[in-house]
Amino acid sequence: MSPVEPWVVLAFSSAIFFIGLYGVMVRRNIIVILMSIELMLNAVNLTFILFSRQLNDLSGQMSVFFIITVAAAESAVGLGLVIAMFRTLRSVDTDEIQLLKG
Amino acid sequence: MIALNPYFFYFFAGLAIACALFVVLKKNPVASAFSLVVVFFSFAAIYAMLEAHLIAALQILVYAGAIMVLFIFVIMLLNQDGPSLDLNRSPLYARILGGAACLGIFASFLFAFKNATLITATGLFTPERIEAAGGNTQVISELMFSEYILPFELTSVLLLAAIVASVAVAKRKRMESEP
Repeated sequence: MSPVEPWVVLAFSSAIFFIGLYGVMVRRNIIVILMSIELMLNAVNLTFILFSRQLNDLSGQMSVFFIITVAAAESAVGLGLVIAMFRTLRSVDTDEIQLLKG
Repeated sequence: MIALNPYFFYFFAGLAIACALFVVLKKNPVASAFSLVVVFFSFAAIYAMLEAHLIAALQILVYAGAIMVLFIFVIMLLNQDGPSLDLNRSPLYARILGGAACLGIFASFLFAFKNATLITATGLFTPERIEAAGGNTQVISELMFSEYILPFELTSVLLLAAIVASVAVAKRKRMESEP
């Protein structure tokens, strides 16, 4: 079997990204939407690491380090918001969020 | 030129894509969360194959450890096996249109990646030099505390802000109507 070309890795990473995007678009459960956002962040991380390896430059891995930190902060705040939302609406359905509707 | 072992790469890539589809398509959020763990571990394996050893370890520690525990904790806390699970999913036309749009953009990306020519490697950090300088973790740590010291310190401010924000948001508010 021939060695893996870089474009195959890029294709894999974009496949994961679009699976996550599909999840954000069609799911109504806000916890699953947060999980799909994590999938998309992971796909971007893989692209960074691939180019860091390809170009012999470690800035890509540093960027991934900071993205992981931001993702951790984002999911902590996001899940706090989910808890606040569940307390107000007794639901995690995104269609129930219509408090601003006149 | 990267030298990935094709058998391991295709195994982990296939596993990750299958479990990512499970995350998106499964009705039960607990099943989604456990599929997401498998996706994170597969990504860590691919990072390790691309010689990003520190990032692979961080991926397992932070994503598969901390973030997943947080997700499962919130799912159990909300305990939503009642009617609000995911009964009214998006309508069929929205799912079909969304899937078609994602597939279309993915196909155009695939075409672009297949026909692109990659720029040649110009960086200083070849695998041999990294090995000679003490390995991936040591080189990254030295970079982190020299060239990237300001963003590194800023992440601590970000994490502090996130802690304060999540406590403030999730805190049980006292009822205003009570005396």
